[in-house]
Amino acid sequence: MDQNYNTLIDPWLLIGARLCFLASFCHTIFALKARRFHPNPFDFVSIGCGFVLLTLWLWTRGRIVQACPITNFHEVLIFLSWAIVLIYLIVGPTYRLSLMGAFTSPLVLAMLIGALFFGDTSTTAVNHNAYVEFHAAVSLIAYGAFGLACVASIMYLVQERHLKRRNASSLFFNLPPINHLSTANLRLLWLGFGMLTIAFISGFLAHKPIADLKFWVSLLIWLLYGLILIANLVRPLAAHKMASISILFFLTALITLPGIYYLSSTIR
Amino acid sequence: MNILCTGINYKTAPVRLRERFAVSSQEVEKLLNQIRKIEGLNEAVVLSTCNRVEFYVATLCPQMGMNQIQNILRDRAGCVAPWYHHTGPNSVRHLFRVASGLDSMVLGETEVLGQVKRAYAEAFELGATSRHLNKLFQNAFRVAKSVRSETLITRGPTSVGAAAVELAEKIFGSLSTCQVMILGAGETSARTARSLLSRGVRSIIVSNRTYDRAVQLAAEIGGVAMRFDHWQDVFSDIDILVSSTHAPHALLTERQLAPLMKKRRQRPLFLIDLAVPLNIEPAVNNLEGVFLYDIDSLQDIAQQTLAVRSRELNFCEVLIEEQVRNFVGWLRRTTADHPLLA
Repeated sequence: MDQNYNTLIDPWLLIGARLCFLASFCHTIFALKARRFHPNPFDFVSIGCGFVLLTLWLWTRGRIVQACPITNFHEVLIFLSWAIVLIYLIVGPTYRLSLMGAFTSPLVLAMLIGALFFGDTSTTAVNHNAYVEFHAAVSLIAYGAFGLACVASIMYLVQERHLKRRNASSLFFNLPPINHLSTANLRLLWLGFGMLTIAFISGFLAHKPIADLKFWVSLLIWLLYGLILIANLVRPLAAHKMASISILFFLTALITLPGIYYLSSTIR
Repeated sequence: MNILCTGINYKTAPVRLRERFAVSSQEVEKLLNQIRKIEGLNEAVVLSTCNRVEFYVATLCPQMGMNQIQNILRDRAGCVAPWYHHTGPNSVRHLFRVASGLDSMVLGETEVLGQVKRAYAEAFELGATSRHLNKLFQNAFRVAKSVRSETLITRGPTSVGAAAVELAEKIFGSLSTCQVMILGAGETSARTARSLLSRGVRSIIVSNRTYDRAVQLAAEIGGVAMRFDHWQDVFSDIDILVSSTHAPHALLTERQLAPLMKKRRQRPLFLIDLAVPLNIEPAVNNLEGVFLYDIDSLQDIAQQTLAVRSRELNFCEVLIEEQVRNFVGWLRRTTADHPLLA
């Protein structure tokens, strides 16, 4: 496959992936409006197809830039979307969280559309450092886990609201038990925290500069997640609080990411 | 060949009459043999449940078949009944609706499908069915399965006990690790406890002002009795509380519960207050991780479920109608292939 061919199919793969997530999102909206929300393989299949297309895009892009395709913020957002879907595909069926797809697709779609607003000016990497590549990829997969924890938390709050308000809608019967959702949230937070720790260690091994803003913000996020997880170990927090924190932390990280990227001297 | 269905059900005959026409497993063989002796009729299935007694037959002459079946049943029971009957597509549609739970007293109930399966299996084993009824009943099972999986007709609880169980599962997932406490050994709480037990709760503690009654109920449901003065001592270990005492005041208030929730290390707590006046202060529902339901809210959940099921009825009828057309088409084709059966 030559470089020209890669460049040619690259945008189409991304359009295809966006359409897959859009299909899943629209399906959810229609089912909700018709009050006929029930487990359906459509979400899982469309998200699965979207994931395959995203994987192909990352692979193609990797061949173009000759490195892990996170050379600009456009690529970072797409890699992060891919990481969220990857973890959903692993975690969703394991926890029987069949509806997680319905909540994951809007988030991923928003990130893929958000990526359109950032310039896609990829350049071929000059320096290859395995630790740096590993550090960057694992960091983003860690954020993928935090992203999915955020999705599980939203599901938790929705289901808790149903239970508190005694509202037996069709969504209520399809959402998983709140105990499962709070467990999934906690495990995903630990997974993300563990991966972020590994990313930090690999960053140190790669002798990455620690003076830039990105490092300090990443350290702050790592510390916040770490503190909350350890506090929860010592004295368990209410699942409602934990879910709110999970959403707040991830959205804060997501919102501040573009600013940090542009203020920081380097993305990696 | 035509399919005939004749019978009585809870809509057309009271239970006193239905029980006179009920057919036990021991009587099925004799009755089927009697029916199959009717001229032009060689396939028959008897469906006898607490809500209906119905006969499905494949016959060349529906009117004669129906008259003779009713004569046999009248002689057997010694009385007449307001029999309804369906022929052609209507009989096929009726069976599909029955198997799918659309003709049941509780719309969308699934127990009837098992009863239809058993009735067919009995007739099949006795050699009372052949290609027409075999195909009809196999189709009925398939229709019932797609109605169940493609619509929301079986969704949710339709009784107070089932609503309590459904809610408990929406909070805890599996109930196998849950410990239940019953406060007050009344019939309502005992019924709810049995519903929870049927889903495999870990253990049940029964506490009542009259200790002997607590012991008696605990023995009945396989739980442990506890004196009423001590119920708060084990409160931090329980996950589900079912309360139905005659106490004139609240036994559990928000102020009492808030410190107990801390002791529980934030595990969720499901409170079911079946008492009138209420045993649990409604404000406890504001506490994090506490879910309080009283008898009205459980009944409301059951009503919401029935409303959802009613809305699904049209989707079910569309699914059934398509399958009725398929079966009737098949029946016409096979009859045309075998002119002697026409």
